[in-house]
Order: sequence, then structure tokens, then C-alpha cells
Amino acid sequence: MHPAPSVILFTTLSGAGFGLLVFLGAGFPAVTGWVAFVFFAVAYVLAVGGLLASTFHLGHPERAMKAFTQWRTSWLSREGVVSVAALLVMALYGAGLVFQGEARPVLGAVGAVLSLGTVLCTAMIYAQLATVPRWKTWLTPVLFLALALAGGALLAGQVRAALVLLPLAGVVQLLWWLRGDRALARSGTTLASATGLGGGEVRAFEPPHTGSNYLLREFAFQVGRRHALKLRIIALGLGVVLPVVLLLAPGTHVPAALAALSHLAGVAASRWLFFAEAEHVVGLYYGRRGG
Amino acid sequence: MTALPDKTERKMGLVIDLDTCVGCHACVVSCKGWNTENYGAPLSDQQPYGADPSGTFLNRVHSYEITPDDGGAAQLVHFPKSCLHCEDAPCVTVCPTGASFKRAEDGIVLVNESDCIGCGLCAWACPYGAREQDAAEGVMKKCTLCVDRIYNENLPQEDRVPACVRTCPAKARHFGDLGDPDSDVSRLVAERGGFDLMPEQGTKPVNKYLPPRPRDSLQSAETEAQETWLEPVAGEAKGFIAWLDRALEKL
Repeated sequence: MHPAPSVILFTTLSGAGFGLLVFLGAGFPAVTGWVAFVFFAVAYVLAVGGLLASTFHLGHPERAMKAFTQWRTSWLSREGVVSVAALLVMALYGAGLVFQGEARPVLGAVGAVLSLGTVLCTAMIYAQLATVPRWKTWLTPVLFLALALAGGALLAGQVRAALVLLPLAGVVQLLWWLRGDRALARSGTTLASATGLGGGEVRAFEPPHTGSNYLLREFAFQVGRRHALKLRIIALGLGVVLPVVLLLAPGTHVPAALAALSHLAGVAASRWLFFAEAEHVVGLYYGRRGG
Repeated sequence: MTALPDKTERKMGLVIDLDTCVGCHACVVSCKGWNTENYGAPLSDQQPYGADPSGTFLNRVHSYEITPDDGGAAQLVHFPKSCLHCEDAPCVTVCPTGASFKRAEDGIVLVNESDCIGCGLCAWACPYGAREQDAAEGVMKKCTLCVDRIYNENLPQEDRVPACVRTCPAKARHFGDLGDPDSDVSRLVAERGGFDLMPEQGTKPVNKYLPPRPRDSLQSAETEAQETWLEPVAGEAKGFIAWLDRALEKL
């Protein structure tokens, strides 16, 4: 799949933003006044910034409101509805903390659940697609939730939670990669099943057109194996290992900020691979091993 | 709502004969011609005369080569591919705006272009590459089964079929109701062993493909008989030719 920068930016930033909102809604850290304002501002810049970035890849962003209508069948529509609900509820909760210095735990809990729900919906948009065997697994929502919670813990300054959640996210990420590398082969979709031709080896002889097309630009991105391995090491190193080391280092604010930045860079690398390595079965028609 | 209908009254679709298709791409051209001028946004081209031409097509013809396991002659199969109007169309349910829908009366999968936000998720959900987003219009384009031809009373009866079917010079494309077991297309599918593309994806495509018939084997009794005529007639070389042969061998 083509790794579109807008979608990578969106899922990385909004994942961390909604992860932070989960912790704020649960009352960690229990802040009020100006400190609460700064925490909520960071969460909203990340979450809303991510949502806005995602509209950049639309052909008709001016019709985006229509995407709130099909929540009964579409995970993309559900993501829109749940994210707006989460942002509204958390805005009320945050206003209580900032202006009245008063926490409304029920509102916070509802906001935290909706924030988690938003990350789940984002993940399900990908996990529902049988056309991309690497994505079609329950591990995909687990991965998105684990990364969002780890990032949220870092941003919320919850060091003990982060020291548990970061390695956990790392393990889920490794499992997701290991499963993903065999997913297309296991899916049973091959050039033979795609064309229904049998009785011998089927080979793509000639594509339908000499130039490129939408399908090849969108689905047939290929990334070198060695290149991917390096990026995986970078993603895990920046996303999990370095933040853990920084959190264990002496000092408070500077290492924590560096840990959060390093983690976001690592998640962005992981998300780039999430798309770049994903093989869409339509690639088979063009004689590619997916990709 | 982008929920799929439980059942459609008819299942209009195509049957494509891989045995007959000659790979002339006439269906591609007629499809582009009709659908650029009629229903919905035109099918644009980008840099049509430039260095890197590309464009939107609703129908494309691939070519595949099969080398039979039993040692038969290698075979070239031309493979036209367009929307299969699936019964369980994954492209419809993923649509966030309700722009994509499957009609309950005839099973045709369509896009209401004025509701399409161009997110591209339906194209991601389609395993067949049947949907292409138009780069000029920013909306999703797909085969409409020429919905503006097949019911069009302004056209003569013989033209009330999809443009690709009407134009095919090899009669490799057939159009009809695949939900009716007595229709011509359903009988054709039953007789020739028509099959689904990627059945494991669970999309239940309406369009069917007819398999290519096996070609003559290279190893028939006739060719074996001919092989005896191909035995070398000259024996071992002698004299100057034999010396030249040995000399060249040593070089």
C-alpha cells in the first residue's frame, strides 16, 4: 500500500492524542487550572491535528460531514462519530478542570472510553480489510491500542505505567510483524485463485496498460526487505527502547520530553511500515507478490 | 445506508469467456467512450500525450501465460476485468457516506458521485481492483453495468446491453440475469463450468468467467510420427570437414 504521509501523520498523532485523553479522563495526572489547560491543549493539538491531516487525502474534503452518516456499517464513519463524541465529552471534562478546578469522574470515564473507542475504530478500518492479509487480524487493533496507551502514558507523565506499556507495545509490535510476514501466503489468495486459471503455472504475461494507473500507485508500493528490517529496528529502538532508557535516566522534564518525541518518531516509522509493507491482493493481477 | 440488500430481485452481470477473448481491448475502448460521455463524471486522463500517461478505466484486459503441468503447449489467456457486482460487496459496507450502494432490484453496485468524498476506502476493500478514483474529479469511478444503456428505451433493443458486450467482436462477453437459472447466461455458466474470481475472499461475485479450453498437445501421435522425419541425415563428418570441426572445437 502507498504510505500516504497524511494518513501516517494522522494515525500517529491522533493515536497519541487520544491515548493522552484516556489518561486525562481517568484522572492521571490529577491536574487542575493552568497545568490541566496545558495537558488538554497538547492532547487536542495532537488529536484534532491528526484528524485534520486525514482530510488532506480526500478527493472532496468539503463533503466530509457526510461521513458521519453510515456508522451502522462503516468503521470509517464510526471513527468520525466516536472521535467527535470523545472530543466533545473531554472538552466538557477539561473545562471543568481548567475553569472550575473540579473533576467530574463520570464524564472523565465516559471520555476515556470514547477516546479508546476512537483508536479502536481507526484500527478496525484496516483490520476489516480481507484484501490486505497483513492487516486482517485482531492483533491490529491490539497494536494500535497498545501504542496509543504507551504514548498516552508518556505524554501524561505516568512513568510507572509507561514502563509497563512501552515494552508491552513492543512485544505486540513484534508479534504483529511475525504474523504479518506470513499472512499473504496463508491467506490462500494467489494469482491462480485471482484468475481461476489452473492446470499449470500461471504467470502475468502483459499488464493491461503501458503506463501506471490508480491501482498501481495506491496498492503496489514495494519496499526492499533489508530496508524494511532496518526500519523495523529504528521503529522499535525509537518507539520503545530509547524511551524506556530515558525514563530510567535521572532528571524529570527533559528526559520525559525526549522520550515522548522519540516514541512518536518510532511510531511514525512503524506506521510507515504498516502501509509500505502491506500487500494488497490486487497486486497479484499485476504479477506482483502483493505489495 | 450502505447496508447490503438481503436479496436482490435479479442478479444482472457479465459472463466472460476466456476461451474466446482475443485480447483486442475493444471492450476497454468502448467502455471508456460510453462512460466518459454518459453517467457521472467523465473518465479523465492525465498527461495523455506526455511522458507518463495514465487515466481512469472501468475495464482493463490483462494477459496471462499458463504452462500446463502435463507438458502441453503453453497458452496465452486474455483476461478482461471489471466490477463483478458482488453479492457480498465489501466496497459498499466500508463506505462512510452512503455514496456506494447495491441496488435491490438488479444487484448493480453503483456510486452516487455527489456523496463521494474520495476517501478511497472502497477501492482498498475491493480485491479485484475494480474501482479507480478519478484524478481530475476526486470521486470513485466503477463499472455501472451501463445502467444508462440497459434500460434505455431511446436505444434500439440490440443496444440495451453494456457497451463492452455490444462491441466485443469475438462474442466473448455475455450479459444477463445470473439469478435466473434458466437465463442464457446461467445455462452458459452451467455448461462450461463458469467460476468465481478469488472465491476465498467471500465476496460472492455475480460475474462469472468461463475457463479456456485446453489447446492441442505438442506431443500428439501425429507429432511423434513426424519426429522420425527429423532424424539427422548426415553421419559423422570425414576429411577436411572433420579436421575443421576438431580444430574449431579446440579453440
